Amino acid sequence: MSTTITIPTALRQYADGKASVSLEAATVGELLRGLVELHPNLGQHIFGEGGKLRSFVNVYVGDEDIRYLQGDATPLKAGETVSIIPAIAGGNA
Amino acid sequence: MTLPLNLIGNTPLLHLAQIGATLAPGVKLYAKAEWYNLGGSVKDRPALWMLRDGEQRGHLRPGMRVADATSGNTGIAYATIGAAMGYGVTLALPANASPERIRTLRALGAELILTSASEGMDLAIHTIRDLVASEPERYFYPDQYSNPANPQAHYETTAPEIWHQTNGQLSHFVAALGTSGTFMGTARRLREDNPQIQALAVQPDSPYHALEGVKHMASTSLVPTIYDPAAPDAILEVTSEAAFTMARRLARSEGLLVGISAAANVVAALRVAQTLTEGIVVTILCDSANRYLSERFWEESDYAAGAGI
Repeated sequence: MSTTITIPTALRQYADGKASVSLEAATVGELLRGLVELHPNLGQHIFGEGGKLRSFVNVYVGDEDIRYLQGDATPLKAGETVSIIPAIAGGNA
Repeated sequence: MTLPLNLIGNTPLLHLAQIGATLAPGVKLYAKAEWYNLGGSVKDRPALWMLRDGEQRGHLRPGMRVADATSGNTGIAYATIGAAMGYGVTLALPANASPERIRTLRALGAELILTSASEGMDLAIHTIRDLVASEPERYFYPDQYSNPANPQAHYETTAPEIWHQTNGQLSHFVAALGTSGTFMGTARRLREDNPQIQALAVQPDSPYHALEGVKHMASTSLVPTIYDPAAPDAILEVTSEAAFTMARRLARSEGLLVGISAAANVVAALRVAQTLTEGIVVTILCDSANRYLSERFWEESDYAAGAGI
């Protein structure tokens, strides 16, 4: 089953300019690791030391923040969209 | 007795003695407490200068409204100063701006146009430009990214204040780039006073960052026209995590609750100060933490003092 993950404008330059990528993954963590395997330059921007998601990186499954689901281990169901959204609410400036 | 608008500028310069406790004896770390401004942030300075400049040029006239796209401190500055000067204020901002921002702006009487969250600031900017173009006689659009009155405010106020508060002894000025107004205007004036002064610009380590109000110049599609990439003597990169840690440290060791960009400035200024045997390093505390208290990082576990910076 393939899931689509959307990439925020700030990070597209590290993903060949793509706004979204579709990958096979059973959990959010698998999806993010798959995304970084495909676009290694993204890695340092979303993962910190020890391969943990940086604390301010916002990942949503549908409209739900994964912090309030099961984090990395959040399972993915068919048809769900995962989004990395900007770290600052309302954008900059 | 004084008028509210006179509470803009002349902010205190604080000695960060605890944060700088391990510096060489001849090195001092100072910071401008910009939350002392009327609207609570450094942005009061450019906002006041841009509105006064608009009046002087005849672009802002009685009965007109001030219109701009901003979800941050500049919006609060326009709303505050607009109220004090007698102008209505219309702001476009993405609908996911923090509830405390939206409530603050509404409390100050600003009219808000909430644009789609997923389209970010770009849509807010296009929305306000369309509005202004449709009724140019009704709206004054200051456009802080390209308005020379923005850096001029810092040239005329921030820099001379720092110069006098350090008796002309400062050696380094450190400030983050957002519109770049604070950095450009302050650095230009300080270098006129003493060409030896080093002016260092703070940047996030990544275009995806949590330093609200700070722009990653290397990757943005909207480089402010007031910014000159040749102006900084050097660029200091700061991670969002280091800024979070410093924000907690400033609160718990200095009693200073400051915002995230202020904390990033202190991370960079401390890094510079640590390389010196003598000198005075001055940075900017852009705003107070009370606009960010709902952020999760206040709850995150602390590292040992000094670690991670």
